[in-house]
Parts: sequence; C-alpha cells; structure tokens
Amino acid sequence: MSEGPANPASATRVGALTHRYGDTTALDNVTLDIPAGCMAGLIGPDGVGKSTLLGLLAGVRRIQAGEVTVLGGDMRDPAHRSRCHTRIAYMPQGLGKNLYPTLSVKENLDFFGRLFGLCDSAREKRIAELLTATGLAPFPDRAVGALSGGMKQKLGLCCALIHDPDLLILDEPTTGVDPLSRRQFWELIDTIRARRPQMSVLVATAYMEEAERFDWLAAMDEGRVLATGTPGEVRKAAGKDSLEAAFIGLLPEEKRARHKPVHVPPRSGGGDEPAIEATNLTRRFGDFVAVDHVSFRIGRGEIFGFLGSNGCGKTTTMKMLTGLLPVSEGTAKLFGKPLNARDMTTRRRVGYMSQSFSLYEELTVRQNLELHAELFHLPADRRTARVSEMLESFDLKDDEHARPGDLPLGIRQRLQLAVAVIHDPEILILDEPTSGVDPIARDQFWQYLIDLSRKRGVTIFISTHFMNEAERCDRISLMHAGRVLAVGEPHALSAERGETTLEEAFVDYLREAAGLPEFEEDVAPEVDKLPGISDESALEPHRRFFSKRRLWAYARRETTELMRDPVRLSFALLGPLILLVTLGYGISFDVENIPYAAFDQDRSLESRTLLQGFEGSRYFEEMPEIGSADERYRRLKSGDITLAIEIPQGYGHDLLAGDAPEISLLVNGSNPFRAETALAYGEAIVAQYAEGLHAMQSLPRAADAPFSIETRFLFNQAFKSVFAIVPGAYMLLMMLIPSIMTAVGVVREKEMGSIANFRATPVTRLEFLLGKQLPYVALAFASFLTLLLMGLFLFRVPVTGSLTALLLGGALYVFASTAFGLVISSFVKSQIAALFATAIVAMTPTVNFSGMLTPVSSLDGASQYMGKLFPSSWFQQVSSGAVTKGLSFADLWQNHLALLAFCIVLLAVARVALRKQEK
Amino acid sequence: MRKRLASFRRTGLNIYRLGIKELRSLRSDPVLVFLIVYAFSWGIYEVATGVKFEVANASVAIIDEDHSPLSREIASALLPPYFKNAVTIDADKAGEALDKGHYTFVLDIPPHFERDLLSGHRPTLQLNVDATAMSMAGNGAGYIQSIVTREVSRALSTSGRETPAEADLIARALFNPNLDSVPFTSVMEVINNITLLSVILAGAALIREREHGTLEHLLVMPVTAVEIMSSKLWANGLVIVLAATLSLIFVVQGVLGVRTSGSLALFIAGALLYQFSVTALGILLATFTGSMAQYGLLVMPVLILMQLLSGSSTPLESMPAWLQNTMQLSPSTHFVAFSQAILYRGAGPSIVWPQLAVLAGIGATFFFVALARFRKAILRS
Repeated sequence: MSEGPANPASATRVGALTHRYGDTTALDNVTLDIPAGCMAGLIGPDGVGKSTLLGLLAGVRRIQAGEVTVLGGDMRDPAHRSRCHTRIAYMPQGLGKNLYPTLSVKENLDFFGRLFGLCDSAREKRIAELLTATGLAPFPDRAVGALSGGMKQKLGLCCALIHDPDLLILDEPTTGVDPLSRRQFWELIDTIRARRPQMSVLVATAYMEEAERFDWLAAMDEGRVLATGTPGEVRKAAGKDSLEAAFIGLLPEEKRARHKPVHVPPRSGGGDEPAIEATNLTRRFGDFVAVDHVSFRIGRGEIFGFLGSNGCGKTTTMKMLTGLLPVSEGTAKLFGKPLNARDMTTRRRVGYMSQSFSLYEELTVRQNLELHAELFHLPADRRTARVSEMLESFDLKDDEHARPGDLPLGIRQRLQLAVAVIHDPEILILDEPTSGVDPIARDQFWQYLIDLSRKRGVTIFISTHFMNEAERCDRISLMHAGRVLAVGEPHALSAERGETTLEEAFVDYLREAAGLPEFEEDVAPEVDKLPGISDESALEPHRRFFSKRRLWAYARRETTELMRDPVRLSFALLGPLILLVTLGYGISFDVENIPYAAFDQDRSLESRTLLQGFEGSRYFEEMPEIGSADERYRRLKSGDITLAIEIPQGYGHDLLAGDAPEISLLVNGSNPFRAETALAYGEAIVAQYAEGLHAMQSLPRAADAPFSIETRFLFNQAFKSVFAIVPGAYMLLMMLIPSIMTAVGVVREKEMGSIANFRATPVTRLEFLLGKQLPYVALAFASFLTLLLMGLFLFRVPVTGSLTALLLGGALYVFASTAFGLVISSFVKSQIAALFATAIVAMTPTVNFSGMLTPVSSLDGASQYMGKLFPSSWFQQVSSGAVTKGLSFADLWQNHLALLAFCIVLLAVARVALRKQEK
Repeated sequence: MRKRLASFRRTGLNIYRLGIKELRSLRSDPVLVFLIVYAFSWGIYEVATGVKFEVANASVAIIDEDHSPLSREIASALLPPYFKNAVTIDADKAGEALDKGHYTFVLDIPPHFERDLLSGHRPTLQLNVDATAMSMAGNGAGYIQSIVTREVSRALSTSGRETPAEADLIARALFNPNLDSVPFTSVMEVINNITLLSVILAGAALIREREHGTLEHLLVMPVTAVEIMSSKLWANGLVIVLAATLSLIFVVQGVLGVRTSGSLALFIAGALLYQFSVTALGILLATFTGSMAQYGLLVMPVLILMQLLSGSSTPLESMPAWLQNTMQLSPSTHFVAFSQAILYRGAGPSIVWPQLAVLAGIGATFFFVALARFRKAILRS
C-alpha cells in the first residue's frame, strides 16, 4: 500500500474541462495534472472556478464537458465514482456546513464512520484516535452547534479522515478560523501526512501565507490556470518575493491595475470624544458568560480591530452594540448616548455586517443594493449614482444581475460590505468582513475603509483573523473566552510580548490564556496515536448498490435529530390526537338544531298544531317568529335562520273546509347538503301532521300505503357520523401529518449544506431516502396506534373487522405518505416550496377525493381517477372496511396491494428526482 | 407636526419597498408561482366539479327479482343528476358490492312485486344503504323512497286504483334553487386556498428569513417590526387576493358558470380583511416555531381545522357547543359566513358588517400578539 507520487493509479488530472452555470463560465477548457502524494493547492481570486474544480474532482458535481481522472479512473464512470467515494474525503466550503449541529461531536463522527462502512469496534477505536489526535477528546458529547469555528473545522477534518482516504479535498478549510486554530489545523494535516505519505491533499485557499507551505500550486483566474509549480517556481515566474505579490503579478494587466498597495495615513487628532464606549459590557446565555465585563472606548474616526479565537465573544459584543442582543450587565454608548435598540436615528448612522451572509438570496446583487439604499432613505436622485458607485468600488459590476446564491463566498462578502456602507454611516461594525475574500479585493476594501476613516471620520469597529489587516488598525483588542486580554496599538502589543510579528504575539497571548504550553511539540497532535486503519477486515467490503450499514447510519442520525427536537416530536404525536378530537366532534352529517322561524299569517289552532311539530323536533331550533314577507327574506339572507315556514291566511279555515291549503317551506340553499336535509325533515314533519290530521278528524283516510320500503343502514345502524368520520380521520391525518414530516427532510439538507455528505460519500440514493424515511414511518405508525386507541376509548368506535388488515394497511399507508413527502422534498428547491406543495397536492385528494366526505362511486370521472392515483382512497377502504364495515383481510387485500404499489412507485420517483451529483 | 408627517412617510415607504422585495422573492421561486396558479385554477375546478355533498351521482344497484314492467320503470326512474344510471346486479353480489363501496344504495325488488302490489298484498322492498357514506345515505334513501312511491302510484293509477292526495306542500330553496353544489363547493374551495396559501406563505417566509439571517439584518436597519410585518401583509395579500379574485371571475363565474349574486367589490374587501387576519396568524404561528420542520407540523393541524370546521364543509350548527365557540376564534368561520351571505344571498354591507368587524378584530389581535413576540422570536438563535 505504498503508492509513490508517480504511481498512475493515484494520478489526478483533468483535460479540456469546461463547466458553465447558465451564462457564466466557471471553468474554461482547463487541462491540469495534479501531482499525487503531496500537498497541492489551488489559489486565485473569488469566483474563478476553484470550488467548481474541487467539486468535479470529488465527484459531487456532474461533468459537463472534458475529462476528469481521479485516483487512476474516469470520474464519468459511475462504478469508478462509487469506488472513489470510499477513497476520497471532501470537505466543502463553509465552517462546519456538512456537520449536524444538534448531534454531538462523537455522534457526528459515528455517523461518518458508519457511512464508510467501519464496523463497530473499528469505529470506536478510530473515533477515539481522531479525537485525541485533534485535541477534541475532552468534548465528545458537546453539540456541534455549540462548538467554536476552529473546533468545527477540526471536527470536519476528523469526519473526513475517518475512513483513511487516499485523497483529501479541502475547500477553503481555514476561512473564518482564528490564527491559533489555523496553525493547529495545518500542524494536524502535517502530522497526518507524515503518518500516511501516500495520501494526497488538495486545498483551495485564500490565505497566501498558507499556500507557501504547499508542495505544488496552481494559480487560477477566470476559469483558467495561470501558473503551476512549487511556490518557489510560482514566485520566480512572477519575479516577486512573496506569493501574495506573485499572485497579483500573475494576474492579467487590467486586474492588476486595480490593485494598489494599501496606504495608511496617520490618524490626526479628534480622539477626544468616543464614538463607541462600552463599560463592563456583559452578556450571559443561561450559565454561560459569553462576554465578561468588557470595556473599551473607540474614538471618532478610529479603526479599532477586534481579534480573538473563534467563539470568544466578538460577535456577541458586536451584536449588543447593534441592539440585536440585550445587554445583561454594563452599559454601551453610541455617539455618547446610551444604546437604545429602538432608536431609528442611531440605526441610520450605523452600518453593520454580520458574519454569516444575511442578504436576500432571491434578489440580484443590484436589487439588494437598491433595497438597502431605499430602506436607508437615500434621496431618489442620489440612489442610482450611489448603487453604481458601490458596484464599482466593490468590483461587483460583472455580477450585478446574478443572485448571491449563485456567487462564490468572496463576492457575497463584498456585496455585504457594499450594503453595510451604502448609506454613509458614521460608525461601521463589521464582523469578519473579509473572511473568504481574495487578497486583491481585501486590499481594495481596506483602502476604502481607511479612506472612510481618514477623510470622513467614520469610526470602524472591525473583527478579523488576518494579521496583516490587524496591523492596519489604529488599535486592536485581543479577546479570549469573553474577556479582553490586551488593548493597544498593534506594534506596541507585539513589542510587549517580545515577538517580531503580531501573529506570534497573538498566538502567544492565546496560548497563555488557554493554558497551553508554549512549545509546539507539546501541543502537536500525538502522531503515534493515529495509525491508519491497518486491519482491512475493519472495513466493510465496498458495496456499491446497497449497504444496510449506510442506511442505518442515516436512519440513526435522523432519529437522533428527531429525538433532540421535542417540539417536533410532540407536534407529531399530539397534533393528530387533537385533530381527531376536533374532527370527530366537529365534522358531522347529523343535521340537528336547524334554526327556523315561522311566518304564521293564520294564527289559528290548526296552524299552531302544525308548528308544534317543529317545536318538538330535535332537528329544529325555533327562532323568534317572522312578522313580514320582507323580514322573512332578510333573515334567510343574513343566515339567522335556515328554514322559514309560511302558513297563509285562512289556512285553518281552508283545511276544515276540505280544501288543500298551501304551506310553504323556504330554505337557504347555499349549503346544498344542509338545505336538502332541512327540507327532508320539514317535509316529514308536515307529512306526519297531515297523517295526524286524518286520524284526528276522521277525514277520509286512505287505506294503508300500498307497499312498504324497508331501509337498512348497513355498517352503521345508528346512522351516526362518528362511525364514518373517525375512520376517515385516520386516513386524513396519516396522510397529511407524516408527509409534512418528511417533506422538508431532503430539501433542508440542500438548504443547509449537509447534502454534501450524501454527494461525497458512498451512500446511495435509496439508502439515503430510506434512512431518512424510516424514523418517520415508525413515528407515524406510533401516532396511528394512539389514534386507534383514542377512537376506541373516546369515540367508542371499535375495530369491527380484521385488526391485522387495519394495522398492515396503516403501516403501508404511512410508508406511502412519508414516501410522498420525500418525493416532494426531492423535487423542490426550498423548504417553503416543500411545505406548500405538500399541503396543496395532498389536501385535495385526501379531503375531497378519498371517499371520506363523498363516496368515491359518486365522484365524476376525473376526480375518481385523481382519487385513485393517490394512496388515500385505498386506505380509506381499508380503514372504513376494517373499522366500521367489519370486513376481513380477504375482503380488503386488493387495497393492501395497491398501497404496496404506491410505496414502491413513490420511493422510485423520489429516487429518480434526487440527484447524486450537483449540476 | 412636520416631523411626524415625515416619519409616517418613511414608514409608508419602508412598508412599500419591503413589500416589493417580497414580491420579487415570490417571483424568483417558479415552483411557488406555479402552485399558486394551480391552486386557484385547476384546483378549484377539480374540486367544484368533482365533489358533491348533496345527493348527486349516487350509485345505485338494483336486484331485480321481479322482472316486471314496474320494476324496470323504477330502475329507469332513478335519474341523473341525483343518481347514476342504476345497474342491475345479482342478489349474491350485493354484499360484496356494498363492502367494496361500489354502490351506495342497493334496492332489492322482490319476486312478484308488481303482481302482489296490484292484488293489494303490500309487498316489501328492501333498500340497503352504505351508511358510511354519511353525506348521501340519509337523503338519498329518502329520495329513492319518494321516487318508488311515485312510480308505484303511477302504476296503480293506470291500473285504476287511486292513492289519496296528501296535504299540499311547497318546498323551495332560496339562493340556490336546484341545490346544486358547484356554487357552494367552488367558492368554499377559493376560501380554503386563500387560507392555505396565506398562512404558509407568510409564516414560512418569515422562518426562511430567520434561518438565513436576513431578518436580523433588517433589524439593525432603520426598519421596525411593524413595517416588516405590514410589508408581508400587503405583498402577500395583493398576490393572493388578486389570484382569488381572478379565480372567482374566470374560474368560478366563467368556466363553472356560477352566478354569484352579491357585490364582488364587497367580497374583495372582505377577502382583504380575511387575508390580513390569516397572514397575521401565519406570522404568529411562525414566532412559536424554530424551524421549517416544526412550522410544517404546527401549521398542518391549524389548516385542517380551519378548512374542515369553518362551515365550508359541514355546517357549524352540527358541532357541539364548545367546538362552535372555539371555532369563533378562527377567522375562517366568519369569512365563510360572510362569503355565503354575499355570494349566494346577495347580502349587502348592512347585513355582513358584523362579520367584517369580527374579522378585523381577530386580525388585529393576531397582528399585535405576533408583533409583541416578533423581535424576541426573530433574535432567538
């Protein structure tokens, strides 16, 4: 297993590779040989195709045109790609984006271990080794969401290394990570490489000082390769001393022209009155003190740098100053006035940029700028000019009509910066504004800031992880664990520590504060404790098409996430029960208490007798009598009464005289079912009365009716709605609730970025889908059982037929409904669309075409087909058949077969709709 | 005074601009646009034409053991639109046919029915009804009974025997003389879709904005929570009420040929008010949940209840009192009553103003509770 760098089996090369997103060309006919067994790097400005290239190499993007050979095989060949997934590790851009925030450190690792087919004992061992090696061992149970950026990045690396990859692909792994953590990260990579020299590492980075340590580099711009070779060779080719300078030198003339070295003129006076003043500022989250009695004064026009390890409280402090977080203790003053979150005037004078992207992804770059210009009420005549100015200053002109979601991190950051300064604020609060931005753009941005400070007296409060940026600040403050360690001018601080560079001084401060020993050897990861997976039997043999272990990995993870979300769990279980109660009582075809009023123009004994029939009926409820024809109409119109009985003048007289006087029943027909029933009941009462009349007055009475009809109400002798509604509610609820549970499942991973794990690991589409589905099938089935119990004990609706048929049908049905949710989730792009589509698509066939409210046999053709093309109508047969009709399995099995077919077809559709590779 | 005016103007402008942003967001998601169009066009048509709560298209099977002219006449008297053409089946198939729901009614005409009838031996017909089909079983059985009675009396009269005349009863249905369900179902489905779309669109958009950090960003700008919420209300309201109005004109009145009697302008005014209340409800619900998955699970039961218990499917009066009272809290109950009064019965503002007032009251309550929770809920990480 000791493949040398020259071994063709590990060769990585691309030939004539072209990749486009719409009109944008990300890669333009790139041909590149990347050496194996060493540390290779891609450098270049933002949006030049680095990430695209890495994605193609990792097999997570589909190749459009050209050749990609990785680990000696063609990446267009699915079989080779599948084998590669077990040998490649891919860490996408973004801090911990592919990790699961509610899972603990260990659970995340465990998940990846299972995905790569590590058997139980090997997994345990490997996790322990990796945690020790990365210094994460003290926190195995900490939720990833609570980790600092640096720790997340280390954990991401652990997850990537768990299967001992031959090729490690890292996309900007240290963006947004503090210098100490960054240093530790690279030390870790070095030691791992020392252990496994055959492992190739391919890194994209925006830090040129990091690139200096790589064995081989490819400098890219605009989808092309500018230069390749060792850092020395690249520097030489450009004739520059530093890689950063070399990189700029290699750029095309036109771009280079934009770059000027940053010049910081000295700050002149004006330091008397502070723009920002914090005194003992403290913020607690429960027991955790995020910011601990922090005090500082920032003068007008000063550039104040905020440095510190990830998670030390920088962001929290900044959020308190913007009013986004309430202050637990202490005071903060802006412009000499105490902070007031609701003060609009202050907000107008402050510009803020948050650490994560927080602009509208669905608006274009220009539209975002325009919106902000408008919200800050820039005068209409200045607005267009200002937007153009921003597009120009931040080099966004080429992308003004692109949506931020389609742009690389660096360009998005620039847009955020442009938005933060568009209204000419007097104070700028910038939280890591340059993370992920390329050197040229960073310098441009800094020059802009310096001009703001020096020429316009804008106060700038900025946090950064770049030391060269920190050196440009007037003063900096070093923070660690919620406390300020030191404040002062950059040079004074390094001098104080006796270090030559600020970075050394900073690392030194942090080590001291964290209680770490000074010598790197001691903190270096314990190399000996990280052997490769020596025992081949620890790894499951590669199964391309189906592995229970991988399926189980996803199912376990999904279950854990569900269990950690008690809100979702309780909604899922209690929601259906509450609905059953309300629907069981609420939906009723038992028409009772129909409000009616009499319009008695006769007021005779006869008319009173007739009306008594209505008064005594439980179907009718008497309302105040009607006085005029007009009133009758008006009251029917307002819905005050549903039925009006009109008895004409002279009714009694006519009746006694043997004429047939007319009684009229007027019903409000707007709800046809109700009108029909009201009329039927009314007619029956009148008929009864007529019969009584015959008997009482011995009027000539007909012989008995010539025939009789014996009406039998089958299945529901009492003719109570509840016996029809409860089984219908089982059907309704077990479609709508379970499908909503899975509907956001896949698309959420797409939105949050963890879909990368599906793309980059050997897990197949079916394993992924089933793994995500099974926990919800179990939850939904449990919910189904609770519904049955409630139906039995609360509504007294027993299962009169086969319980087995009902349970089996229920299991198949919830499988089908969760699969339906997955189908929706695989098709749509956003969680909103998923909710929407599920509700709209499922509601109609379930409520209207399933046979719950209207018998399927009475639906017209198209609706009947729509009903049949959805699982609900089939389960309605099982549910009402087994619960109310007393049917056995032998009577119902066709429905079960149909449900089974739905399970298979829906899952197959979801599988087709879900793409393993990104476009 | 001047300053006050300027601040009002700013608020108005902010609401307008944020609303435009909402519209742009909506436009950029083709799936959402498609779903809205679908819901208000085909979705309405399909339900209106397919679903009947009155006796219509009832499926009847006849076991004709008599094979007489009368039995054939009875069979042919069961006519559309109330009944599908009756199908003659064998006696031994009857049980299975009912079990499987192939027929809702099975009428058994015994051997020698006509002969016995004419000779005065009161024969007995048997009508088996699938009582799980609650919406049809009772009334349909009554219809069949009266149809059979009519046919029998016709047979008897032609054979010279008279049946006595009963008391005269005129029964008329106002506002919908044929008791046709298309006007009812179509309009109710429009309302159901307004509810569904408003609640999901507003609430889910809020959660998405929170997840993506855009709301937090808005809150550091000179924009207030009232402005953010109001912008969502008008933008979503515009889209949905416009879609609903178009649907009412082109689908309900146009394609389905429903004649609504009241003022469309009044209906639209009510719809705007209703939309305000349900959008505010969507925002309110969103402030109680932390993720889209939670929101979906919370919103689904609310939608089901608002749709099924508002009086648009089954009448409110049949519910137990506690539930009727509870449903008074739901804006859908009032809007359904409002719409029925206007569209079917041509009621004017003097009749429906109480519903409008209640809608406004409920909407305002939701709005202010949501507003009170807004900042805290948005900034909760």
